[in-house]
Amino acid sequence: MMRILVVEDDLEAQKYLVNGLKEAGHVVDDAAEGETGLALALSRPYDVAIIDRMLPKMDGLKLVEEIREHGNATPVLFLSALSEVDDRVKGLKAGGDDYLTKPYAFVELLARLDALMRRRQPAAVKTRLLVGDLELDLLSRGARRNGTPIDLQPREFRLLEYLMRHANQVVTRTMLLESVWEYHFDPQTNVIDVHISRLRAKIDKGFEHPLLHTVRGAGYMIRAQA
Amino acid sequence: MRKLKLFRTLAFRIVLIYFVAFALSAAAIVAFTYWNTVTALNGQTDRDVTDEANVLSEAYDRLGIVGLIDEIIARYPLGPQGHLYLLAHTDFRRVVGNLDDWPQTEQLSDDTVEFNYEPRLHEIHRARGRIIPLTGDYELLVARDVAERYQTEQQVQANLPWSVLLMVVLGLAGGALISHQLLARLDAINRTSREIMAGDLSRRVRVGRTGDEFDSLSENLNRMLDRTERLMKGMREVTDSVAHDLRTPLNRLRNRLESISNGLDPDSTEATAVEGAIAETDRLIATFNALLLIAEAEAGVAREAMAPLDLRGVVEGVTELYAPLAEENNLSLDIAPSGEAVIQGNKTLIEQALANLIDNAIKYTPPDGRVRVAVQSTPLGVALSVADTGPGIAAQDRARVLERFVRLEESRNSPGTGLGLSLVAAVARLHDATLTLADNAPGLKAVLLFPSMRTGA
Repeated sequence: MMRILVVEDDLEAQKYLVNGLKEAGHVVDDAAEGETGLALALSRPYDVAIIDRMLPKMDGLKLVEEIREHGNATPVLFLSALSEVDDRVKGLKAGGDDYLTKPYAFVELLARLDALMRRRQPAAVKTRLLVGDLELDLLSRGARRNGTPIDLQPREFRLLEYLMRHANQVVTRTMLLESVWEYHFDPQTNVIDVHISRLRAKIDKGFEHPLLHTVRGAGYMIRAQA
Repeated sequence: MRKLKLFRTLAFRIVLIYFVAFALSAAAIVAFTYWNTVTALNGQTDRDVTDEANVLSEAYDRLGIVGLIDEIIARYPLGPQGHLYLLAHTDFRRVVGNLDDWPQTEQLSDDTVEFNYEPRLHEIHRARGRIIPLTGDYELLVARDVAERYQTEQQVQANLPWSVLLMVVLGLAGGALISHQLLARLDAINRTSREIMAGDLSRRVRVGRTGDEFDSLSENLNRMLDRTERLMKGMREVTDSVAHDLRTPLNRLRNRLESISNGLDPDSTEATAVEGAIAETDRLIATFNALLLIAEAEAGVAREAMAPLDLRGVVEGVTELYAPLAEENNLSLDIAPSGEAVIQGNKTLIEQALANLIDNAIKYTPPDGRVRVAVQSTPLGVALSVADTGPGIAAQDRARVLERFVRLEESRNSPGTGLGLSLVAAVARLHDATLTLADNAPGLKAVLLFPSMRTGA
C-alpha cells in the first residue's frame, strides 16, 4: 500500500487514475490544480506524487520546483501531454524522478510507481542479487543458476540486473529501454522482446521452473516459483 | 593552398589595401613637397642671377669691357656665399672674376647651368647660374652658390631608403591596427551567431554605444533573433497545444477501453475486441507521436537540445540494440570501423533516425543478407550510412518514399506507419544534413551527410 498524491486537471483522467490506484490497494489524495497540489504535498507525507505537466494556477514544473525547494524529496512522476523532444529533460531538471507521456497504459504507470518506491527504499549496498536459485554477483559480474555458471554479455548482465533488482514487479518494455539502454525513442519493432528471449534462453532453458515471465499486455517479471 | 587562403581573408586584404593607399599618398606628399621646395629655391636663384647678369650686361653696353671689369671687381666682397663671376675670352681664358678657372658646366636648360667649384681647398660647392655671351669675343659667367640646396637634396636622397622603410612599417602597422579593430568586432558578432546557431536562441549580440555601422548590424541581427525566437516560441506553443489537445482525448479513450477491459472475462470475445481496440489506439498514438516529432524537427524546435555528439557511440549503441533482431532474421548486422565523428546534434532524434533506418533495413532484407552501418568523416562532412542487401528502392521512387505516409506497394502489408523515412528526412533537415537514398547494388544505401562541426574559435 502506498500513499499517493495525484495532481491532474483533466477530471475524467483524474477519476480514472484515482479509481485505478485505489483498486490496486493504494491510498490516494487528489487535486485539480497546482496550488492545492502544493499545499497537499507540503502538508502530508506521500510515498509518491503523480503530477500533470500542465496545470491551472501553478504549472507542474513550478509545482515540483516549489516542493523541492521546501526540502521535500517525495518521488515525483510527471504525466505529460506535451510534445516530447526535450520536455522530458525539463521535467527531470525541475526535480521529477520519472516521466510518462499521455496516453499511457495503466500497467506502465503502476510498474513505474513500483520502481519509484523501490528506488526510494534505502537499499543496503548489495553485492549479490538472488531470485530462487538464480544468483547474480555484482562484483565479479558473474551469474549462476543452481550453481551452474551462465555466460552473459555485458548488456544481458545489465538487463538481468535490472529485472532482478525489481524482482516480483512488472517491468515494462519502455522501462527496460529507458533504464538498461538509456534510450528514449520508439524502436519501431519490439527489439526488447528479442533481447528478453535470448536472456530467457540463457537463464531458463533446461530448468524445470522458469523465472522470467511475460506479463500479458504489460511486460516482464522475474520471480521465484511460488 | 595556404597562401590562397591567406589572401582571401579579410584581415589580409584590409592590411594590403591600407598599406597601398598609405604608401601611395605618403610618396605623393613627399615627392610634391620636395619638388616644390627645389623649384622655389631654383627660381629664386635664377631670378637673382638674371638680375645680376642684366646689370652687368648693361654696364658692358654702357662702359665697355673696362667698365665691366671694374663693376665685377666692385662686387667681389659679396663673398663665397654670394655671387660668382667670371669674365673670360671665348676660349675660356680668364680675364677677371672670383673664380679661378672656367668650370665644367652642366647645361640644365637654354640659359641655366650648374657646376662645381672650390671656394676653399678641398671644399667643393655647387653653383647655379648662366652664361652670357658678350660682343667682342667675351663670355660672362654669373652664378650663385647653391651648396645648401644641394646638400639638402643629397641628404633627402641618402635618407630615401629609411623613409621608405618607415613608410612600410607605418603602413603595415596602421593596416594591422585597423583590420584588428574591424575584425575583432566582426569576430564578436560571428562568435555569438555561431553560439546562437548551435541552439541558444536567447543569446544576443553585444551592441556598442557608438552607434556606428557595426552597432546597427548588431541591432539588426538582434531584431532578427527576437523575431526568430518569437517564431520558435510560437511553434513550440502550437506543437504543444496540438499535442495536448489530441493526447488528452486519446488518453481518455485509452483509459475507458482499459476500464472496460478490466471488467471482462479475459477469454471472452468482447475482451479480445477491446484489446484489439486498445492496440489500434496505440498504433494511432504511435503515428501521432511520429508526426509530432516530424513537425517538431521541421519547426526547428529541437534545435535547442543540440550538443556535440560522437556518432560512433550512437552507432555502436543502436546497432547493439538491434543485433539480436537481425540475428533472429538471419542477417548479419555490422559496423564498418571508423574514427571519431563529432557533429552538433540532438541525441535522441539522431538515435531515432538511425533506429528507423536499421529497422527498415532489417525489415526489408531477405534472410542471409547483410546490413552494414558506417560512420565516416569525409571532406564534405560526417556521413552516417546504413546499407542493406535487400530489394532496394527503384530510382524513380526514392524521392517519393521520403514523403509522409507514402508506402510502396511491396511493403503495404508489413507493419509500420509510413513515417519512418519522413522522420529521418526531417531529422536530416533539422541538422542541415542531407539524406540520400542510393543503390547499394543490390540493396539500399541510405546516407545521412552531416556538416562537420566547426572546431576551434
